[in-house]
Parts: sequence; C-alpha cells; structure tokens
Amino acid sequence: MINKTRHKSLFIRLHIDPFLLIGIFMLIAISCTVLYSVGGNALVFKQLIRVSFALVVMFLVAQLPPDFYFRWAPYVFGMSVLLLIAVLIIGHTGKGAQRWIDLGFTKFQPAEIMKLIMPFMIAYYISQCTLPPSFKKIMVAICLIIIPTLLIALQPDLGTAILVFASGIFVLFFSGVSWLYIGSSLIAVFSFIPILWYYLMHDYQRLRVLTLFNPQLDPYGAGYHIIQSKIAIGSGGLFGKGMFGGTQSQLEFLPEPHTDFIFSVFSEEFGFIGIITLLFIYLFIISRGLWIANKAQDSFTKLVAGSITLTFFVYIFVNIGMVSGLLPVVGIPLALVSYGGSSIVTLLAGFGILMSINTHRRFNAKS
Amino acid sequence: MPKKQRIKIANHSAEAALFTRRVLVIFLLISIAISALISNMYFLQVTSYKKYKTRSNENRIKVEPIPPTRGLIYDTNGIILAENKSVYSLKVVVKKASNLKNELKALTKLLSLTDLELNTFKKNNYRSKSFKSITIRTALSQKDVAVFTANRHHFKGFSIQADLQRYYRFGDTFTHVLGYVSKMNAKDKQRIEKNGEQRRYRGTNYIGKRGIEKYYESLLHGEPGQQQVEVNSWGKVIRTLSYTPPTPGKDIKLNIDLRLQLKAQQLLRNQRGSIVVINVNTGAVLTLLSNPSYDPNLFVQGMTIKQYDKLLQSRDRPLLNRATQGRYAPASTIKPEMALLALNTGVITEHTTINDPGWWIVPGSKRRFRDWKQWGHGTHVDVFQAIKQSCDTFFYKAAYQIGIDRINPFMEKFGFGKYSGIDLNEESYSIMPSRDWKNARFKKPWYDGDTVSIGIGQGYWTVTPIQLTKATAALATHGKVVKPTILQSVLSRNGSLPLPPEDYPSIILKNKNYWNIVLKGMYAVVSSPTGTGFRAFRTAYYTVAGKSGTAQVVAIKEGQHFTKYKVLLHRKDNALFVAFAPYENPEIAVTVILENAGGGSSKAAPMVRKILDEYFNNKNKKTSFH
Repeated sequence: MINKTRHKSLFIRLHIDPFLLIGIFMLIAISCTVLYSVGGNALVFKQLIRVSFALVVMFLVAQLPPDFYFRWAPYVFGMSVLLLIAVLIIGHTGKGAQRWIDLGFTKFQPAEIMKLIMPFMIAYYISQCTLPPSFKKIMVAICLIIIPTLLIALQPDLGTAILVFASGIFVLFFSGVSWLYIGSSLIAVFSFIPILWYYLMHDYQRLRVLTLFNPQLDPYGAGYHIIQSKIAIGSGGLFGKGMFGGTQSQLEFLPEPHTDFIFSVFSEEFGFIGIITLLFIYLFIISRGLWIANKAQDSFTKLVAGSITLTFFVYIFVNIGMVSGLLPVVGIPLALVSYGGSSIVTLLAGFGILMSINTHRRFNAKS
Repeated sequence: MPKKQRIKIANHSAEAALFTRRVLVIFLLISIAISALISNMYFLQVTSYKKYKTRSNENRIKVEPIPPTRGLIYDTNGIILAENKSVYSLKVVVKKASNLKNELKALTKLLSLTDLELNTFKKNNYRSKSFKSITIRTALSQKDVAVFTANRHHFKGFSIQADLQRYYRFGDTFTHVLGYVSKMNAKDKQRIEKNGEQRRYRGTNYIGKRGIEKYYESLLHGEPGQQQVEVNSWGKVIRTLSYTPPTPGKDIKLNIDLRLQLKAQQLLRNQRGSIVVINVNTGAVLTLLSNPSYDPNLFVQGMTIKQYDKLLQSRDRPLLNRATQGRYAPASTIKPEMALLALNTGVITEHTTINDPGWWIVPGSKRRFRDWKQWGHGTHVDVFQAIKQSCDTFFYKAAYQIGIDRINPFMEKFGFGKYSGIDLNEESYSIMPSRDWKNARFKKPWYDGDTVSIGIGQGYWTVTPIQLTKATAALATHGKVVKPTILQSVLSRNGSLPLPPEDYPSIILKNKNYWNIVLKGMYAVVSSPTGTGFRAFRTAYYTVAGKSGTAQVVAIKEGQHFTKYKVLLHRKDNALFVAFAPYENPEIAVTVILENAGGGSSKAAPMVRKILDEYFNNKNKKTSFH
C-alpha cells in the first residue's frame, strides 16, 4: 500500500504510535486532575512516578519485534501458570489470600503477567494453521484459557480473572470462530446461571447481585456504595459541580474515591460533558487499536492486537457499568485514570505491544 | 532456545477479510456498548438530574463506625495497670479557617507551638485534603485546653477533640509484661486485611504491638458499633439518627502481683538482668521483670525518631525482654536436674562419692576441666555435697558418663530448649544442644568435652529466665511441668472467667526418692552453713531450697589466673540464683539473673531473699486481716 521502506518517520523509528500516545496523555491529564481534586498534591505526585515508570516499560516493550513475542509466548505462559500455582501453594501454607511473590527487592503479581501473556499464547496456538480454527483447536484453546483463569479466581481475585478470561476468549472471537459456536456457547452459559444461583453461590454473593438490581434493599449496607455512587453521578448534571465541588466525594460519602470509584468523582465534578469527552478519548484509543489490528501483517499479530484493544474496552465498560449500577461491584479500576500501580504498568505494556506491532513491518503488503 | 517457523498461511487474503469482518463487528458492538453507557449517563445526569441533585443536597446521612473502647488490664489484686485516658487534641479543617497563616501565628504565641509541630502540620496539610481535619497537637495539657477554649472565637475551623488513649500508669515497671499499643502501620493493616478483620478495625487507630496487649489483642479490642449521622454541607455532624453501640473489649486480670513486681524493679535498679516469679502449682506468673526497661507510653503517644533510635541503639538493649528472650548460660543452677538424671540413669547412686582434687580430666585426653574451687571439695563428695557446695568436678564426671544423647531429651522434659508456653509473643526457645543441633549449626561433630561443659550448665547450653523458673517449679513439685501464664481471668459482667491451668506431661522417675535426695541438697544450699546460699538466707523465717550459679561470660583459658576487679564490666560473670519456697510445701519459684554482676551466691541470692520476704510478708498481712 504505502512505501514505508524508503522514508521512515521519526515515530516509526522510535517505534511509537503518536495517536495512541496522544490518547494516553489525555487520559493521564484527566487522571491527575481528578486525583488532585480528591487527594491533593501527594496523590498526583505518586501517580506521576508510577505513570513515568509505566511509560518507560511501554517504550521498551515497543522496541522488541512481534517475532520475539511469538517465539517466547509459550515459555512465558508456562512459567506464569507455574507461578500462579506457586502463589496458591504459598498462599495456602501461609494465611489467607496471597497474590504476591516476593522477590526480595520487589513484589509482583503473576496474575498481571498472565493478563498480558494470555492473548499471545492463544494467538500463538491458533495462528499455527489457517483460520478459522478447527473444533479441536478451539477446545484446546479454551482449556488454555480456563486453567489460569481458575487459578486466579481461586486466589481469589475475581476482577483479574474476568480480564484474563476475556483476553483469551477475544482472540478466539477474532480468529473467526463460527457464529454457530458463539451462539450455542452463549446459550450454554445462560442456562448455567440458574445452577450457579441455586447451587454454587454463597448467600453473600447472592445478596450482592440482588442489591445490584435493587440497591434500596440494603441502603446502609451492601447497597450503600452503589446508591452513593449513583447520587454522585446524577447530581453532577450536564456541566458538573466543578473541581473540588463534588460534595459526594469530598465529604467521603463515596468509598475509595481515588481508585475504583474515580469515575463517580469525575462525573460529579465534570458532568455529562466531561463523561462524553472521556468516553470519546477512550473510543479514539480503541479505534486506533482496532485499526492497528486490522492493518497487522499476519494472523498472530492481528489476533494479539485485537484482543489487547478489546480487553482495554472491557476495563472501561466493567468499571463504568459497576459504578453506575449496571454491573456488580468487582475490583476493576478505570483504565489509566484510577490511582494504582500494577494495572497502569500492564495497560501501558499492552499499548507498547500495539506500537510494536504497528511499527515493525517485516514485509510490505503486496498489492 | 525456542524456534518454531510460522507456517505460511495458504489463504492469506481470505483470512484477512475474515478478520476485518470481525473487527467491524466488534467496532459495532463497542459503539453500541458505549452508546448504552452514554444513554445510562444521560438518564442519570440529565433526565434524573433533579432527583439526584435533591438527593445529593439532602444526602446528609452518613454511616460512621464507632470504635470500641479497649479492655482494661488489672493486676492480681485488682489494681489497674493499663487504662484509657481522655486526651485532647487540637485539630483544624484548613478549608474552614479564615486566614490559616495568621491563625497559626496567633496559636504559636498562645500555646507555644514548636517548630516540629508546625512542620509536621505543614507536611500533613500538603498530604491530605483540605476538607479533612488535621491534628496540630495531641495530648493537650489542661491549661492548653482552657487557654484555647477561652479564645476559640478567634480561631474559625480549629477545634479540640477528645479521644481515649491508652495509658500505662506504672510506666516502665510492666513494659515487658504488658507491651504497648501503638498507631497501626501498613503492616498491621495488611495483616488485618489478610485475616478478614477490616470490619472489626473500622475506626480503630491503635493496635497491640507487644506483650499482653498484642497476645490478647482479639480479647482486648472489642467490636465496633456504628451510627447513622446527619451532617451539614461542611460534613459536620448535626444529629445522630441511629446508634448501634460498640461492644467494648474485655477487661482482663493478670496473675502479676504489683507489689512483687515493684519490689523486683527496685532491686534491679541500675542492674541489667531479670527476675521471674511463678506459682509452682499453677504456673501463674507473679513477677516478670526485665531491666533496663522503657516507658511504653512513649510508643502510645508517639516519639521522635531520635528517641526511638536511642532505645534501639542502646548498648543495654532495653527493648529486649530478658525474662523470655534473654539467653543465658544456666551455670550451676541446673545441677539439681543433672543430679536427678545421673540418679535416674544409674550413673550414680545416693552414696556414690568422688575425689575432687580441683579438676577433672576427660578419660583418654589431656584436657583438664577446673573446679570453681581451686583446691577442690575434698575426697568424699557425694551427690548431696555436690549440690550443696556446687562441686563442678562431680558433675563433669556425671555428665560425661550420662552422655549428651540422654541429657538432651531429659532436659527437654523440663522445658529447656523449648518455648515455655508463656502467653507472650516475645519469646526465645534458647538452646538445649544435641548432636544434631551442633551438626546443623556448626557442621561439626559432638565432642566429649562438649558434654562435660554441659554438666555444669556452660558450653552451648543457654536458657531464658522463664525456662529456668519453670524447671525449678518442676523440681519443687516432683515433676509437674506447668505452663507459665500471665493471664488470670477474663472479667465480665457475670464475674470473672478464670483460665484453667494447663500442664505439660509430668516427669516420671524410676524411683520417687530421687526427688527427695536432690531437693535435700537444694535445701542444704541455703540452710547448711557450708551451703553456697547460706549467708543470704540465714535469718529467713520460712524454709527455702535453692541453687546458685555463676556463669562465665568469657572462657578462662587453662592456667590463666584472673583478678575479679580487673575484668571489664561487660566481661564479668553473670550471677544467677534459683529457689523455691517453702521447702516442705512449695508455693513459688524465683529466678534472679544479673548480667555481669559477679557471683550468684553473693549477688543474686540476697535478691531472691528479698523477693521471698516480700511475698511472705504480703501473704501474712493478707491472712492477718481475716
């Protein structure tokens, strides 16, 4: 299509995608504004340190060609599964939930690596043959997805388990699994819900779901957070109450205003206009990601890029759905806006991979 | 290295077309989902704006946790040792202050705020939100409170808040028993989260960090209550709507006897060491003193880094609980146990005598082990004399003949080399050496010479004062091994809930008479004019059995003479004395260990005497009232 070999732009030589970078910077600016409003200088400062670190990671990840990731995917995947098992064992011999492995100088969560490596592994496996994959291949791929998902869910970390599961399933979707399979598995999942409800769920989990549909059931207990969050969002109105003006967040009616519920603070202080802007930035980033996926040169990179982009969307959708009362509360932060370390690093590393895919071209498309 | 060639795709363009179709589908779905989110937002923020706006304005109902008050701690006589005191702190909500700079200046004049306080305030102000109240000074004096209250109208946004704070009224006397509470740190919070106790600790700032405060944290803490309050637009509480009271922590009563503990502290003034007293029948810990100590209130109120460093770096190590963590060579204080073992294994009988020239040589070697008495204890030393005069030579030989493989399991039955079971987290199990232990620790085999030193409680063997007291109690009761406990009972409205005493398996000997043989020796230590403890106990009006010990801190090489007064302070001998009383019908066991003080019979024995005097005097007073 385009003759890129002759004239490479600076961005391509640096393996940076300017469109994604602009989107990311806009989100970080929004994040800092809201954090300043709820927590003052100190929060912003700490967040900026983390973001800088994550940007460096993103830059480094983008330098390596997709081939490198292709070659290493199965090994890193295998190692991550082993680490997840190790975490479970250590967690059981110790006390209570354990998600961290202590390396002495730092602690890290194997689940975060799993979030990144899952699409690579499934894409690696699926792209060995012509797409769409055979039934047998699909089954094996599903096993590869389910095992780490269960290991993470057992930790227990429901939010991350959902994201890991989604990032694997999305690869299958992009690989062209027939609609018949998709439709029948959806039906299977829905028919499983009653069994889940009556036999597998604990009472407190049922209560959580019930309060989701009717928060007034328990206005000062389980429903309290959802009600307060909805009041925060609703009372923001068209233009919002202005920075520092959010009574819901500033007076601490909202739980965790700087992490999972940061969207409510943003909505309260910047209103519907603010939300439209934020969602527009997200949509811009997602479109760019899908564009990169579509333009990628082989099925492996296509699948990986597609899955990373779609997982990014899941972050946003689940978080916003959760704070506005559409989905149950699971601990998923608002992508690149919530305060917190590991998710930002994982997300930006994901963008680094998108950039790598877009800027390392092994051959020109033949017209 | 992984290497796998990607298979060239046969139908590249068909695949690409399939993928593009899927991307379009996804884009469509995402657009729909985002539209759904937006329309939900539109519904919330535009359609229902009025409803939520009103609710937000009327949203004055907040659920707040009410932390429970911490349980009190009493001594065995019902005297309060740890209480909760009202403290007043000066706080400010920065946003409400009309002119923070001027007001702070005025306050500095009024209450003479220090630079440190001002700087801490600035730091906290930078860190937190302007809506939250920030503490300027904690623990205001009565005068400060009065002065501020009189001038409060000048200071908008400033207020005085009353809180309950732990207070240890006897300061450093009970530090190593009670421990202290202190502000929760990140680690505490992590542990609470791990145990799923976040709900219990909502609104709580302090947590037990050491001692009884830590060990019985779950008992002392209580359950928080909660209240629904109505707040005004500044977040200030106007009205309480509903109130679930917190359940206060349980009050507890300890076995510790204030008078005995105070006496012990008085005795140990300016002396590093430890005094432990337990009831031989129940294991009740009457006194547990470790000196030097420190004021636990410093940890509650918060101290400067400098103050903390001073505690941490001090050569006298005040933070160490010597009574349970101090590891000392037991020296001759374990000769009674060693004699029992010698009798029980048949190495000696009641009538076996040895000739003591003042030294003993391991058969087949040239190594000479010296007796503490240069000229020896004479030609006819039997087990009774050996205990009474603390003859080293007798026990060198006995230990050598018994062998470490029989010494180790027997001494473990007395609790040596094991946790005593005392209700404190700060405890060392110390070292009861064995072949395996030495191999694991030094990668060296066990030598006969090692066993010989063990015979007189030197060498690798170390004990904690609580272990030694527990072992003495086991001697006094003919083998009943108690679990030392500080907690006596949990108090409740319906009276007290005493803890049932717990025991370890008793020590059973081949012949019950062995106990009498050894205990007679211990009795002679204090009652016979030639016993090592005679001088200290000559005038006692009760009967006592005891054993002295003088532990070398630095090994004295063979043939090297030393003058007591030339040895540097930190190299002087540790003085030890263990005793139980009364001899016929034992009630309590006492251990005194003095670091670098000199001889056990000259320095430690008089202190044991004074502790026993105090105990029996108090007891007689009590009975004479009835």
